[in-house]
Amino acid sequence: MQFNDIFMLTSNPILSGFAWFIILTIALYIARIHAHKAIQSVCRVFHLAMRLTAQSVMRAEKRMIDRNKEVLLSQGQEAAERIIEREFHRIDATVQRDLSEYPSLHRKLSEEILKIDEDYKESTDVPPAPPAWVKAVEAVAKIPGVKGDPMVGNVLEDIHQSLIKANTKATEEYRKSSHLRHQILNKMMPHWRSVSQTLEQVDKNVTSLLQRSTTIDRHMKEYEDIQKQSDRAVQMLSSSSLTQFFISAFVLMIAAGGAVINFNLIARPMSEMVGGTSYLMGYQTSHIAALVIILVEIAMGLFLMESMRITRLFPVIGALNDKLRVRMIWITFGFLLSLACIEAGLAYMRELLMQDAAATRALLRDDTIEVVESSYLWITTAAQMGLGFILPFVLTFVAIPLESFIHSLRSVIGILVVAFLRSLTWLLRLMGNIAKFSGKMLVNIYDLMIFGPLWLERSFKARTKHETKKEKNVDTVHYSSL
Amino acid sequence: MTKFKIYLSVILLPVMLSILSACSEPPAKNTRGVYMLMDTSGTYTKELIQAQKVINFILSNLNPGDTFAVARVDTGSFSEKDIIAKVTFEDRPSMANQQKRAFRDKIDSFVKSVKPSRYTDITGGILQGIEYLNEAEVGHNLILIFSDLKEDLGKDYIRDIPLQLNNVSVVALNVTKLRSDNVDPREYLDRMAEWESKVHSGGGTWRVVNDMERLENILTF
Repeated sequence: MQFNDIFMLTSNPILSGFAWFIILTIALYIARIHAHKAIQSVCRVFHLAMRLTAQSVMRAEKRMIDRNKEVLLSQGQEAAERIIEREFHRIDATVQRDLSEYPSLHRKLSEEILKIDEDYKESTDVPPAPPAWVKAVEAVAKIPGVKGDPMVGNVLEDIHQSLIKANTKATEEYRKSSHLRHQILNKMMPHWRSVSQTLEQVDKNVTSLLQRSTTIDRHMKEYEDIQKQSDRAVQMLSSSSLTQFFISAFVLMIAAGGAVINFNLIARPMSEMVGGTSYLMGYQTSHIAALVIILVEIAMGLFLMESMRITRLFPVIGALNDKLRVRMIWITFGFLLSLACIEAGLAYMRELLMQDAAATRALLRDDTIEVVESSYLWITTAAQMGLGFILPFVLTFVAIPLESFIHSLRSVIGILVVAFLRSLTWLLRLMGNIAKFSGKMLVNIYDLMIFGPLWLERSFKARTKHETKKEKNVDTVHYSSL
Repeated sequence: MTKFKIYLSVILLPVMLSILSACSEPPAKNTRGVYMLMDTSGTYTKELIQAQKVINFILSNLNPGDTFAVARVDTGSFSEKDIIAKVTFEDRPSMANQQKRAFRDKIDSFVKSVKPSRYTDITGGILQGIEYLNEAEVGHNLILIFSDLKEDLGKDYIRDIPLQLNNVSVVALNVTKLRSDNVDPREYLDRMAEWESKVHSGGGTWRVVNDMERLENILTF
């Protein structure tokens, strides 16, 4: 049975269409109230379901925000503790290094000062005492009646000569003693310098300690903010986390570039070791072997960084006692060194293989041009070997950005999940509202489809009402006339 | 606890090794097998220099694990004796390069000393090629026919045998036009059509490459 068999009630399609329109309009008019209820209830159910789901998603979003905040604060607290601990360690080292020497420094200063003091005393300027009999001469000279006496004159002349002699001798002695004092003062200079240097050193140490204490104060302030769970601390940590994420991702990309170069260096010669024909999960075994070597190098680098307590990805390693930790440092470094040597060898092998392959290709192409071996070829070989040796050690440092990336990744994922949940809530609410208003719209469209019977209904009702009103009026007139 | 760890390691190690070995795929799946037939009949021997170039090109493009054999087409080609050189390249690239050089030398010496045969048994050569490739158990099979495709069988040689060319690509190289083809090109076209239907009915694919400067496509399977 085809559509036409059902549709064509008469031979004329227009008439058939019209007949169907009448039938459907009547059917829809009869079912109007129930259809309206059905449409409204379906839309309401959908609207409520969407609202409920949106509320649930909102709650999940709130939980996620709280959880993100907790994680962020916890990470921030841990980082702040770590920084403060490190600063205290530095202060401890400074104090142990500098202030432990303070007693000896003090003793040195005291000794220097004592020496300076002694020298000072020695250099004290004592003016030469005038001869004691000068006053006796003055007294003789004042005796009345001696003036003009040649005897007294001779005596005084002798005394004068003696005085000149004594004065010359005293001046010479004074000069000698002054020279000695200058010499002593000259000897004092190194002591002064030593004292000055020692005091400068002390000043430097104290200033360094003061600077450290300022840094600690700043970190303590941040730590207190985190402890108080203030919004400022959360915002600061969130921003810091995002910055860390992008920076570490960038550095990891650079490291990935290094790893790719490393891979290309060793993938080809690895086929000499493990064969070039076997495949593992769709990939050449030699390629997988090269990749495994690089991954092992990265793993060794991670362990090395952990053992050195530069990163803290594996708390077990960090918690090892120092003896074991140092042993682990040497072991991982030994492995890295071995792998670096192997890589350098493989890089050399790669060059040999490439030369061999080029020679074979030239032979098979029947190249008549003689290939002259370049004298600079050793540079590329050496460069390849150098890269093969250095890259494993370079990859060791991947541990640092990796740690930052992993730590910040949690926050970034949290932010993304919150954004997703927020968008989902918005979408659900939008859909709920669309459902709510589309119910009203569908009811109106339904009425539009049966506008004919509805118009008739309204006209009929209006006429009935009019007639009823008229009758009432007539009755009222009749009653009033009575 | 230490003993437990040792036992655990002893158990886990073979398990992991068996998982790894299970993951590894047989090398045959990715390897290629090429069997090349060189027509040495009549005047076609002059074309062998071209064949040498083709062989060198194939050698430079094959990888470790691939198989390559070159056989001559003469009066009765369904014979191992007609295989001039055959090789399955070693896993190690350096060894494979040495094998390529040795293969090339062998072909060179053959081309220098070849004598034209009286008849041309191409079907026999293809049958021999199918047999060789089946034994080689490689992933992709290719038969190259370096000939004018004019079969000329000796007395009592029966070659109206259906070819089993499932998963085998057949490429006709340097199909030169004979003097009679020039007189009546239908002969050439009929000859080509006949070979094509023969290969298709055997389940293989058929291609013709006459431009020896465009050899890049011959190793596509």
